[in-house]
Amino acid sequence: VNLLRRWVGDPILVGLALLLTLFGVAMIYSAGVLNVPSPVVERAWLRQLQWLVVALVAFAVTIRIPPRWIEWGALPAYLFGVVALGAALAVGTGAGPAESVGRWLVLGPIRFQPSEVAKIAAILGLARYLASREVPPTNLKDLVLPSLLVGVPLGLVVLQPDLGTALAFVGVLFAVLYWAGTPPLHLFLLASPGLALILSFDTRVWSAYFVGLLVAVYFLRFRLYLVESVAVVLGNLAAGTIALPVWSSLADYQKNRLLVFLDPGMDPRGAGWNLIQSKVAIGSGGLFGKGFTQGTQKRLDFLPEQHTDFIFSVVGEELGFVGVAVVLLLFGALLYRLVQMAERAPDPFAGLVLFGIFGVWLVHIFINTGMTVGIVPITGIPLPFLSYGGTFLVTCWVLVGLAVRMAREE
Amino acid sequence: MKSAHPAARRARAQGAVLILGALLLILLASFFRSQVVRGTAWALQADSNRLRVLPVPAPRGTIFDRYGEVIADNVPSYSLSLFPAPVDSVASVLARLQPLLHLSDERVEGLLETFRSNRRQPLLVKMNLADEEVAVMEERRADFPGVFLEMRPRRRYRGGEALGHVLGYLGEVSAGELESPSFEGYERGMIVGKDGIERQYERLLQGSHGIRFAEVDAVGRIVGSFQGQAARPALPGQDLHLHLDLELQRYIHEIFPPGMRGAVVALDVEDGGVLALYSAPSFDPGEFVGGISRQRWQELNEDPDEPLYNKAVMGRYPPASTWKLASAAIALEAGVIQPEERMPIPCYGSYTFEGRTARCHRAEGHGHQNLAGAIATSCNVYFYQMGIRVGLDRLVEEGHRLGFGDRCGIDLPREMVGIFPESRDYWQRTWGYRAAENEVMTMAIGHGPNDQTPLRMAQFYLALARDGDAPAPRILRDEGAEIEPAWAMDLSPESLEALRDGLRAVTRPGGTAFLRAALQHWDIIGKTGTARVFAHRPAHAWFSGMAGRWGGPAEIVVVVILEEGESGSAAAAPIAAKAADFHLRRKYGIPVDTIQTLWEHNVAGIPAPWAWNRDAITLPELPEAVADEELPESYDPSLLQGPRPPATGPRPRPVPPGGSLVQGERPNR
Repeated sequence: VNLLRRWVGDPILVGLALLLTLFGVAMIYSAGVLNVPSPVVERAWLRQLQWLVVALVAFAVTIRIPPRWIEWGALPAYLFGVVALGAALAVGTGAGPAESVGRWLVLGPIRFQPSEVAKIAAILGLARYLASREVPPTNLKDLVLPSLLVGVPLGLVVLQPDLGTALAFVGVLFAVLYWAGTPPLHLFLLASPGLALILSFDTRVWSAYFVGLLVAVYFLRFRLYLVESVAVVLGNLAAGTIALPVWSSLADYQKNRLLVFLDPGMDPRGAGWNLIQSKVAIGSGGLFGKGFTQGTQKRLDFLPEQHTDFIFSVVGEELGFVGVAVVLLLFGALLYRLVQMAERAPDPFAGLVLFGIFGVWLVHIFINTGMTVGIVPITGIPLPFLSYGGTFLVTCWVLVGLAVRMAREE
Repeated sequence: MKSAHPAARRARAQGAVLILGALLLILLASFFRSQVVRGTAWALQADSNRLRVLPVPAPRGTIFDRYGEVIADNVPSYSLSLFPAPVDSVASVLARLQPLLHLSDERVEGLLETFRSNRRQPLLVKMNLADEEVAVMEERRADFPGVFLEMRPRRRYRGGEALGHVLGYLGEVSAGELESPSFEGYERGMIVGKDGIERQYERLLQGSHGIRFAEVDAVGRIVGSFQGQAARPALPGQDLHLHLDLELQRYIHEIFPPGMRGAVVALDVEDGGVLALYSAPSFDPGEFVGGISRQRWQELNEDPDEPLYNKAVMGRYPPASTWKLASAAIALEAGVIQPEERMPIPCYGSYTFEGRTARCHRAEGHGHQNLAGAIATSCNVYFYQMGIRVGLDRLVEEGHRLGFGDRCGIDLPREMVGIFPESRDYWQRTWGYRAAENEVMTMAIGHGPNDQTPLRMAQFYLALARDGDAPAPRILRDEGAEIEPAWAMDLSPESLEALRDGLRAVTRPGGTAFLRAALQHWDIIGKTGTARVFAHRPAHAWFSGMAGRWGGPAEIVVVVILEEGESGSAAAAPIAAKAADFHLRRKYGIPVDTIQTLWEHNVAGIPAPWAWNRDAITLPELPEAVADEELPESYDPSLLQGPRPPATGPRPRPVPPGGSLVQGERPNR
């Protein structure tokens, strides 16, 4: 056990991650079993296995990096991530179904998604900044810089445009701020403009919300600076009123996805197709599923992107609710383990990094699985460890390595 | 930043776990609701997602002739259809199919037009694919999403041109037909009868199509077998047994003078069943199966000989002398003449009544004649006087009662009504003058406003053969139906015998049709007729007669019209005689011979002593009539209802085969 501990650091976390990855390879294999075979999807599981080897090497390297290096390297890494994102926007290429999108960077033989690197960079950069502060942020002004730290890469990712990954940055921001000791009230106030943005699609709902917010700010007047109150109110007002211009600036597919979230039946072959097919596949899986590789919706190619973003629909169709519950509980255990590790973290930086990782994965898992069953809008966001994708798998394992490394520092 | 107090860290960790737990619970609850609570509904949707309902075409009923020979049946064939899809994708698939299936540009355009008019049902692209085409499509199935091959029964007609008019032809049901009540329950794309028996008994023959499910993938490609499983098998249409004799029909087609227009109707005296119904020139209904080319359809339509018109039931000709039997029957029934009575004024070649002088066809005249003699010589002067006795009003009224202004009610869709005045008003209405009493002279010899179909004349002679009553001629043998006379003449046996004696004299030594019509085994009697419609064109030749065993009742009635055939005795009579001989020989089991009439014996140099001295020859005992093999089933009367043509009006145009079946033809809407 000690040997194992020396080699992998935290056997529970690494074991869970490995279990999920191998399960993912199996599901990717199943996703390739189609009635009318597609050569790309059919052999994806083999490539995923190759990527797993790369990922494990990356993991092994990561857990051997001295923690000091990580702390020192945090800011340079952050800057590199932001520059890479900028470069991707300028010279990046698209791939697969998203060909017109600047998501990929090619460096010699390596082709990667800088947004994945930027996720790690944002976690490290934010953790580094907050760890260097004397006291936890207690007012909204203290939140401006952290928000900017995350906001820059987030904005670049939104420009790509990649709504799903952008949400992961939001997850990082709130998780890290939370662990840093920011009062929940302030976190809510920070989030309130975003909430106002979402609610502004219905003027009446937004008005009610805004009145409620004003009342709340009034009662909280002794706990907030005047500037804060004004900023929150103005921010909400702005979010509520700029929503429409923002809406019209969204790409058509983004608009469609949001609309389809509200009414999936509106265009079965267009934007709603993915959601409806996913729901049909999952729903028809029933309690025990149709059996491994036996999913009819998947086999007949009704499921879109069944080996990447919608891999969880294959789980739902073939393994049923039982399989879904097991996978979700495994994810839950993984995240719970991260919280445990953060609680026992030897220093504030380690805890903040661990919570950053927690935030990223929580957003990924909740949004990805939630969209397959139709409780959140469809955003192109992969499921950690399960979805096919080289850069993403390597990133996940680097994050595992980072978590193990930070937690183990003595 | 200093490390937070352990208690604070614990509290934050608990908060994080709480949030994590809440989110997990939301997810689990959503999946539980979707998969367990509403799982069945989604499973159903999954099936409907991947299963497409396809119709399984039912084979049309087989049609048998009176001897159980197959007239029309089905053979399997492949057809190719497209699932409904956006118009653009249908267009692109069609464009790629075009070279593989050898479709013309016009055809592709027509198909797109058809598809645009109804985008929700599969589009039938091509029927009766060649084997190579089937092989190519099977091989390249993955390249053609939404395309499916299916086995469809294909109609096969054994009679070819011999039976074109009676059987009619098939075509895709048209939009107009779908709206009519007689096509209730039909769906677009179905193949229906357009004319003839196929149209008349459409409901019986159609059957009902079955349903099968085919598993398809997301882009509509059928996965696995093209055939799929049948969830409900197709119900084949009912078989039909007809009175028709396929061989007789073929024989008539063979002996009919090539290149001539005309018609032949042969009826069974026993029940009014139609033994043969032929119209020349004819067409092959097989040409319509699977779509007739636009060019061929045009050819058939524009042919001056009008091959698409069934002249036996749609052609209307002045009956001329063959109608003299009708006026004689009316006179006898009215009691104004006696069979043996001679007319007071002998025939001197002409007759004058009310200032109008009408001539006989023989300038020297026929002298004093009784009824039989007048029929034998076709003496006009006798019939002028007879008609005057009957009177115009009575002649017209009685003629109407005998159905000359009405349909026979044969089970064919487009029978025409004969032209016959219903009263004196007819003259007023049509030509604007009051009919004088002397019009009766013209009417009595079968001229004037009197045009009859060959079928109508056949029905009248059928009444003569049946001692006065005339059932509606039927093509379908329906054992359940009773034979009801459409009308009846009240004639004494002597009167009937006198009429038949007149007919007999025509074909006996000395009669006009003796040489051309006399037969060795059978007693054939009949009346010739010559109807000149246009002064400078040859006259139409009629022969209406009946034949049976010597000394027995007549068993078959045959009517022949030969347009511009010039002579009833030389042109029309031999066709009737040969057809009757053919039928009776088959009926009594005597080997069929092509040398049948006296004329043919003479030409072939075969002695025919039977023609001159019948009493000297003892004919071998004839075998009893050969019993029919099987009795056909009886039919659901509600399904026997054919289309009802309008009572009056112009001659209907041929029904186009419709839909996408006429290649390049626009669907009729």
